[in-house]
Amino acid sequence: MRNLFTYILKQYFFFLFLLLEIIAFSLVLQNNYQRATFLNSTGKVVGSVLNTFSNISGYFSLKQANESLVRENTRLRNQLRDRLVLTDTLSYYHIDSMFRFIGAKVISNTVSHQKNFLMLNKGSLHGIKRDMGVITSDGIVGTVVDVSRNFSRVMSVLHVNNKINAKIKKNNHLGTLEWNGRDYRNGFLTDIPMHVNLDPGDTIITSGNSFIFPEGIMIGTVAEYNKQPNEKFNNALISYSVDYNNVYFVYIIVNLKKNELLNLERMQPNDR
Amino acid sequence: MTGSVLMNIFRFCFLVFLQVLILDNINFGGYVNPYLYVYFILLLPFEVPRWLLLISSFALGLSIDLFNGTLGMHTASSVLMAFLRPAVINSIASRKEFEPGMKPSISDLGFQWFFSYAVILVFIHHLTLFYIEVFRFSDFFITLRRAVFSSLFTLLLVILSQYLFFNPSRKE
Repeated sequence: MRNLFTYILKQYFFFLFLLLEIIAFSLVLQNNYQRATFLNSTGKVVGSVLNTFSNISGYFSLKQANESLVRENTRLRNQLRDRLVLTDTLSYYHIDSMFRFIGAKVISNTVSHQKNFLMLNKGSLHGIKRDMGVITSDGIVGTVVDVSRNFSRVMSVLHVNNKINAKIKKNNHLGTLEWNGRDYRNGFLTDIPMHVNLDPGDTIITSGNSFIFPEGIMIGTVAEYNKQPNEKFNNALISYSVDYNNVYFVYIIVNLKKNELLNLERMQPNDR
Repeated sequence: MTGSVLMNIFRFCFLVFLQVLILDNINFGGYVNPYLYVYFILLLPFEVPRWLLLISSFALGLSIDLFNGTLGMHTASSVLMAFLRPAVINSIASRKEFEPGMKPSISDLGFQWFFSYAVILVFIHHLTLFYIEVFRFSDFFITLRRAVFSSLFTLLLVILSQYLFFNPSRKE
């Protein structure tokens, strides 16, 4: 036993290295599966630093932010009859629908990793919960995966494991939107049945089949589609409508009837 | 001695904030990103105790990870880089004699020595980092390309800052 100790002491450099690497890799593995604990323990400090910096760097992007807000204002003004009721400066109710929107600012964002996340400056205090959809005025952004009191983390569309129900606007055929981790401007629409024809420029929107996004939120347009004659399902290259490197203000979608829908879905098997 | 410790602590904080707040927002071509924070490990003095070398690299990687939300990735690759640093230093021959008080820099040991030292360690760090991030060996060459381009970018910044802050012209 004493020999073992003297050996370890002599080779302490190697064993310390081994110990630290084991800690690091266990963090990597843990982080790959569960993220919530991490955000809750460190999110406050990290979030406030990022928030401060984003307040400063926000000035550099005011021009783009303004342009995008003006675009959105125009779009909303066109829709404005008596269908929208303003309740707050940050949220409004769509009278005839079941979604509410909460505005938030992006305080950190990446596009260069395989698994990209965004951090928003709104959290559980503002009514954000897990599995809420996040969009900008130009299209979808991602899904909320972690929430702390003041901040929330969003799994970006640019995450290799993020799959989103999508459909082709012109003929309502369904597909799945995926990202392969390479170019942040392009994704793939997979599972397109072989009898469906697509042309470059066709619009891809959300299907509304999941309870996360309402139907008809813009995803992107078809950039390239080569039909393979022998394949039952084909893939199309999509160019995203959102420039993910350039996202400043987002809306978080609250599905007001989500519990009702989930309960209904849970009831079905018992009745059969 | 205390001055050197303070200097390194300052450099640690400066590089972490530079990395997190500015460099992480550079995305050339969507994926080329410099990781200049490893410059801290490169510049630690030769006399630093080896346990301190490992622990400070661990802390460095961990702070970057906390900000990026990529827990473990940067930590693992920084610790590996620190572990290999003494071996790399021993294996590179320098035309100048090692003297006490020398720093690993272009002004003290010459461009050739510093360049090979930085290239080897930065490549080790970036390769580990990018392969841990992908966590699989499919897409081997795409990951390799990402690692190589980012390493070149980091090295460029390392060499530039050597000339900016250490002024090699004063060597005799």
